[in-house]
Amino acid sequence: MLDITAAEIDGKLADAKSSLLPLRVDDLVYELNGVRIIDGVTLRVEPTGCTAIMGYNGAGKSVLVRLLHGLLTPSAGSCRWAGNLSASEISRRQSMVFQVPVLLRRSVEANIDYALSKRGFKAPERARKLEAILHETDLLKLRKRPASVLSSGERQRVALCRALAVEPELVFLDEPTASLDPAATAAIEQILLRAISAGRKLIMVSQSVGQVQRLARDVIFVHRGRIAEHTPIEEFLTTPRSAAARAFIAGELFEE
Amino acid sequence: MSDFTTAFTSAIGLIAGFDTSLIEIIGLSLRVSLSAVIIGTIIGLPLGAAIAVGRFPGRELLIIVVNAFMGLPPVVVGLIVYLQLSKSGPFGWLQILYTPTAMIIAQMILVTPIVIALTRQFIEDANADYDEALRSLGVHGWAKLVTLITEVRYSLVTVVLAAFGRAIAEVGAVIIVGGNINHVTRVMTTSITLETSKGNLGLALALGVVLMLLALAVNAVAATVRRFAPKAAYA
Amino acid sequence: MLSKLIKIIFIGLCAWTNTAPVYADNPFILLQSTTSTRNSGLYDYLLPIYTNLSGVDIRVVAVGTGQALRNARNGDADVLLVHAKSAEEKFVADGFGVERFDLMYNDFVIIGPGSDPAGVRGLELATAALETIAHAGATFVSRGDDSGTHKKELELWGGTTVEVDSVSGTWYLETGSGMGATLNIATGKDAYTLTDRATWISFQNKQSFEILVEGDPLLFNQYGVIMVNPERHTHVKADLGQAFIDWLLSPAGQNAIATFRVDGQQLFYPNAKR
Repeated sequence: MLDITAAEIDGKLADAKSSLLPLRVDDLVYELNGVRIIDGVTLRVEPTGCTAIMGYNGAGKSVLVRLLHGLLTPSAGSCRWAGNLSASEISRRQSMVFQVPVLLRRSVEANIDYALSKRGFKAPERARKLEAILHETDLLKLRKRPASVLSSGERQRVALCRALAVEPELVFLDEPTASLDPAATAAIEQILLRAISAGRKLIMVSQSVGQVQRLARDVIFVHRGRIAEHTPIEEFLTTPRSAAARAFIAGELFEE
Repeated sequence: MSDFTTAFTSAIGLIAGFDTSLIEIIGLSLRVSLSAVIIGTIIGLPLGAAIAVGRFPGRELLIIVVNAFMGLPPVVVGLIVYLQLSKSGPFGWLQILYTPTAMIIAQMILVTPIVIALTRQFIEDANADYDEALRSLGVHGWAKLVTLITEVRYSLVTVVLAAFGRAIAEVGAVIIVGGNINHVTRVMTTSITLETSKGNLGLALALGVVLMLLALAVNAVAATVRRFAPKAAYA
Repeated sequence: MLSKLIKIIFIGLCAWTNTAPVYADNPFILLQSTTSTRNSGLYDYLLPIYTNLSGVDIRVVAVGTGQALRNARNGDADVLLVHAKSAEEKFVADGFGVERFDLMYNDFVIIGPGSDPAGVRGLELATAALETIAHAGATFVSRGDDSGTHKKELELWGGTTVEVDSVSGTWYLETGSGMGATLNIATGKDAYTLTDRATWISFQNKQSFEILVEGDPLLFNQYGVIMVNPERHTHVKADLGQAFIDWLLSPAGQNAIATFRVDGQQLFYPNAKR
């Protein structure tokens, strides 16, 4: 794992088309009704592990991941993906899990199969992938259930399953466990850890320092639409550079 | 109150007696209104869906106009359709004035705005919930529209029922373009109008009860479909 | 191209509703008619006799005389059966009809509540009765719909000193509706109104109402029959229409009209001139 990563970072791998990452973001701006919600973000996202995005409510975290995922169009600046890929190929290699899972009114497996078919997987391959991902996310028992009768923990597990089923290189997660109980959160985190070790890149918005500690390799701390700091996890937890992050970790309300 | 009791009793009597002309009238009512609703749905559903997810100049204005058209007066629609289908009108050569076909056209014009407006509202609401998730999955354009329509399918049953309620209950349009011709274009509502004008208030009320029972039956069928369809979908 | 497409769609629609006149099994003619002849049940009695005889269906659209004349003017009829002689003569003179024939008659009557608050019972002159109603300020309900009965009523008011236009909405109420609806309103409001005798006799919601004034020659109600001019509207089924009119005017048709009864009473009196 680590070898490949290092090779990619150094740009030594000849077949650059094999990866979206690293992602370079230059001076990204997003304005809505004259308000700058994202105000000049520049960063670089490395190819593996989990990158956490943290920050206070309203800091712009959700908008930032949507800009990166392409759900929002930036007012200025750019996201530059590695590998000279077409726009459709770039979006085909990503998926996203939202804070409130949006499932279709059909069975669990029909939800997963829907995503697979929309991503262009053909019939025999689809069935195989469906079995594998249901197994991996521990949803085999729930596969025939209507999505509408699931608990919120189960719903989020299905949403995550759907996001992973399409075999993305990169998964965005916007506070996926924000409204879940500890058991459901642990189940989600287990799946995320497996995904990380399988080589998927995660970019996850989270408010939980504990969760970030368990999952993330580096932390982007967003404050008032800007990057307050982007540091490795150990450094972020022990010696955050920005006053905002220090206050956040200390659990204090930050006053500028 | 005794008027209603009498009307109800005679309504039951009318139905139980299998009065052939009543059966004929009920059959024509259903055929005309269901046809109008089916055609109105085929036209209105895609249009409503398109307006729900489309972004084009004049969209807001179009929504206001379509919503207003839900209140089209049947008699005005009847008059306009009459002027089109009259021998002196542009479509006189079709020779369909005073036929059930003309009645279907008039009712279709009445129900299509209802189908468009309500479909738009339901799909627009669904789109607000699903938009990001579907775009994230790479679902755009027609595929997205089909998914949204599938998602709101049970609400669309209500849309169709609202349209049917409008069609089966209106008299102003069908009496003008159908002419209330005995055995040809006489339906429940025009019969009620006729019996009222003859002073047969009891019979008119009984026919009214039959009409309401008819609407009840259609709604019961729809409710049954709605109740059992989800189970079938997950089987 | 477009009209071809529309034609295909409509033929499909017609096939599905299997009722398009063009493809109907029985030949038929379209009769635009006044409502009194339909509401009294005359057609239910008369038309099956003719259909059995000729194999031709008569499709009746019953509306006020004014609307019937307008629909026929538009070509939406083969034969016209109404009761407003001067309007009918104008229709023929304008070239919309071939020829007008007297068919039958009955009479108009003034009806009102049995208590007769204005005191018109037994008056011989219809105009005097109307004048009395007006002076008593009793409610009078008018069709107000340009029908044959309405035309007759206005003609009668013309023979009084009352300007009904100026009192419309006070004691003089214009319903703008058919005879039946107007009778329902009259009985509901304890009001007087003018009606043809046939509609009144077959009307089922009379309550305490009675015929109060009848027999004035001015109340004569002549029905006429006209074929729509095929030279003006080429699709008019001239042969079928003429055959129907010929039968109505023949001894057989006239006799059939004379034998029609409601509650034992004759409602229409044939008076064809040939």
